[in-house]
Amino acid sequence: MGGKAPLVTVEGLRVTAGGGRSVIVDDVSFSIARGEVVALIGESGSGKTTIALALMGYARAGCTIAGGRVRVGGVEPIGLAPAALARLRGRTVSYIAQSAAAAFNPAQRIMAQVVENALIHRLRSRAAAEARARALFRALALPDPDGVGALFPHQVSGGQLQRLMAAMALITDPALVILDEPTTALDVTTQIEVLRAFKRVVREQGTTALYVSHDLSVVAQMADRIIVLRDGVVQESAPAAQLLTAPAHPYTRSLLAAAAPAPRQAVALPAGAAPLLRVSGLVAGYGPPDARGLPAVPVLHDIAFSIAPGSVLGVVGESGCGKSTLAQVIAGLLPAARGSITLDGEALAPRAAGRTREQLRRVQIVFQMADMALNPAHSVRRILARPLQFYHGLRDAALARRVAALLDMVRLPQALADRLPAGLSGGQKQRLNLARALAAEPALILCDEVTSALDTVVGAAILDLLAELRRELGVAYLFISHDISTIRALCDQVMILYAGRCVERGGRQVMQMAPMHPYTDLLLSSVPELRPGWLDGMSATHLAEAAGGLTRAAARLACPFQPRCAVRLEDVCDRVPPPVQPLSKGASILCHRGEAELLRAQATAAPLHASAD
Amino acid sequence: MNAGITRLRPATAAGLLIVLFWAAMAAFGPLLAPHADGGVMSAQVFDAASRAAPLGTDYLGRDMLTRILIGARYTVGVAAVATGLASLVGTTLALCAATVGGWTDAVLSRLLDALISLPSLLFALVVVASVGSSIPMLVATAAVIYVPGAYRTVRALAVNIVAMEFVKVARARGEGTLYLMRAEILPNIVLPVLTDFGLRFIYVVLLLSGLSFLGLGIQPPYADWGSLVRENIEGLAYGAPAVIMPALAIATLTIGVNLLVDGLAGRRGGGDGR
Ligand SMILES: Nc1ncnc2c1ncn2[C@@H]1O[C@H](COP(=O)(O)OP(=O)(O)OP(=O)(O)O)[C@@H](O)[C@H]1O
Ligand code: SF4
Ligand SMILES: [Mg+2]
Repeated sequence: MGGKAPLVTVEGLRVTAGGGRSVIVDDVSFSIARGEVVALIGESGSGKTTIALALMGYARAGCTIAGGRVRVGGVEPIGLAPAALARLRGRTVSYIAQSAAAAFNPAQRIMAQVVENALIHRLRSRAAAEARARALFRALALPDPDGVGALFPHQVSGGQLQRLMAAMALITDPALVILDEPTTALDVTTQIEVLRAFKRVVREQGTTALYVSHDLSVVAQMADRIIVLRDGVVQESAPAAQLLTAPAHPYTRSLLAAAAPAPRQAVALPAGAAPLLRVSGLVAGYGPPDARGLPAVPVLHDIAFSIAPGSVLGVVGESGCGKSTLAQVIAGLLPAARGSITLDGEALAPRAAGRTREQLRRVQIVFQMADMALNPAHSVRRILARPLQFYHGLRDAALARRVAALLDMVRLPQALADRLPAGLSGGQKQRLNLARALAAEPALILCDEVTSALDTVVGAAILDLLAELRRELGVAYLFISHDISTIRALCDQVMILYAGRCVERGGRQVMQMAPMHPYTDLLLSSVPELRPGWLDGMSATHLAEAAGGLTRAAARLACPFQPRCAVRLEDVCDRVPPPVQPLSKGASILCHRGEAELLRAQATAAPLHASAD
Repeated sequence: MNAGITRLRPATAAGLLIVLFWAAMAAFGPLLAPHADGGVMSAQVFDAASRAAPLGTDYLGRDMLTRILIGARYTVGVAAVATGLASLVGTTLALCAATVGGWTDAVLSRLLDALISLPSLLFALVVVASVGSSIPMLVATAAVIYVPGAYRTVRALAVNIVAMEFVKVARARGEGTLYLMRAEILPNIVLPVLTDFGLRFIYVVLLLSGLSFLGLGIQPPYADWGSLVRENIEGLAYGAPAVIMPALAIATLTIGVNLLVDGLAGRRGGGDGR
């Protein structure tokens, strides 16, 4: 890259908000050479998107570009006349955002939207633009590249839409492409295809790109150089391989540590203790029940597991596999159609209204969206006081003391007690949610993606808190996540769901041991690793499996994974329900293939996830 | 209080002042009235404004200012009670439907949808014609007419809140329906419910005035503003203030409420930005 003049130079960029009172980006300088992919990485609020937008001469409402120079291919976007700015944004720089769905008009066919920019800027005739779009669809590995343009946005999957948005951005052959968290909203298995498609296109077209992300492992696959941001200030900037292996700045080191969370100290459980919660034969779903009492939209199929007192069961699976549904069934928010749930050996009524107050107290639920789980009209104090009054009948001084103790327990400052939830940060809201659950003094907390909406560092702090509360109070968790590394960090037992079926269940160690269920294998190998080159080294088997995705038709097969599975048995797996088989490593799987066959298949596929833990 | 008012937009503040003014007149009007009601104070009917009758005299030579001040009680009071009743019943039913869901919701929604399809003035005319007009009848009729509208608005607001996770948390805690309605849902929709109350109040004022104008509303010797317009309609030919003034009173009241409601609605959407 040495000799070429940089395409982008940023010098001393400074962006302020609130009329100059707070500085969002402070004295940021960097450059991007032609054909280089530079990553901006940092927690939310570190100013990544603000910098990316400044490259297009744009500042969000309330923000002002207060100083510094930006040059993109000989143009200075800051202070450019509107017409020239429109030209810059349409042709020279293009932007791929986190949510593709928001970038598409649901009422227009995809092709018309993809070529629109090329037509507006009179770069190509319609026919030429459409031909170029089809070539891009092919390069982005979209299924049916010639036909996909005729569809409407809702007819393609999220991962496909994300790639179509990339085609939309690349149609003008921009000099610079900005990718702002383009895969953050996707499942790991979907993310792989999208990342690979981006990478191939960037390489083939020699695109210069700025890749904005909070995920170091993803960035490690894409970037030549990484810039680490914190509170709007550059902490470190180095070639990717160097930054990942020999980070110079302490903040980079803490990011690296949070990206690969260490297992939290395990707790010795009394062997042979009677299970706290036992679930068996659970079938649940949404919609009115049919003649046999089964729901119109079945979600969970024949789920069985148990949780020992003080232990943690992790539930993993891709979006829509039924994880939240499971938590709601256990909490009594959604009555199950079949099956039983027992708590301490006592059967629980399907609905919360049919359970005793004591049963309700012992099982608490904490939701993913911390801000949606807090009533915006209630103060922190009121939120914590209610379960104390409701379950324990506390009043006056005793109540105030207990509220204060709970705030301490989750490390929230006492001064927050009279605030409304809107005045708390994301991490504080999640702590408050936990504190509310703890107020009941439960035996089991159902944690539905409690760290997913948080930054890695804040999420790691919540994980520490969960581990500590478990050690000190002996609470058990049903810990739901789509992120395998958090599951590994906290859980004793793991359950893997696919299309509402429990495909594998076992202790946390066995999750890394072959053989495993074919889906477990795919899921684990789809988790990005911090090592550059991980993406390019993925086995062809896993790539083919990752490309499939669950379809509506597949969900009705005896084994819904069958169309994607590399070791499927034709005419068996799609018709005969697979049996539950114990494996010698101590797990059980739902599969027709035997242990030896799976072992052989997974040995040749050369699993790459051996390095984890 | 002062700081609160100065932070309102001028239009909202004007609305608030007008509403407060008429509320005060409804409460204390009869005490402030310069002449005893009913007493014919002048031989001159449809007189222009004079020192003794600042708003002129009516078709019997009575002081118009006195008539309007006393009428305020009927117009504002009856409408407020009727709207309050409609909003209370509508809101309670809507919260209940949204919280309980299922059959309760389906049955309530169907029933009230059937009610909403009745043309309101026609319904009122039929009721008054068959049962006769009295103040309780008018209140009840207006309330029945406006319950379905209030129900619809509040239910639409409440179902959005019910789907939020904090309501699920409260359900999972084992809270009863009443607590969910009162403590979890209602506080998050008060502002739009108040806005809705204001709008409905205007409709009720206009409905009652319309009925009175047709001679089916408040019966003599009592008179609300609608009946005042009707009584003095002949004065139109003489350009007498007697017919203009009560019409003006109706107009200012509805405009005032409207301004206030707009202000509240704007605040909720963060409309005025500060
Ligand atoms: N109220 C509902 N009515 C009908 N279908 C629903 C409802 N809620 C969820 N579903 C469907 O049930 C399935 C499972 O949803 P669930 O929320 O349990 O998934 P999840 O595993 O928690 O996903 P995520 O990781 O995205 O949170 C999905 O297909 C979803 O579309
Ligand atoms: S049952 Fe068949 S299709 Fe399903 S995972 Fe096992 S081998 Fe693959
Ligand atoms: Mg979920």
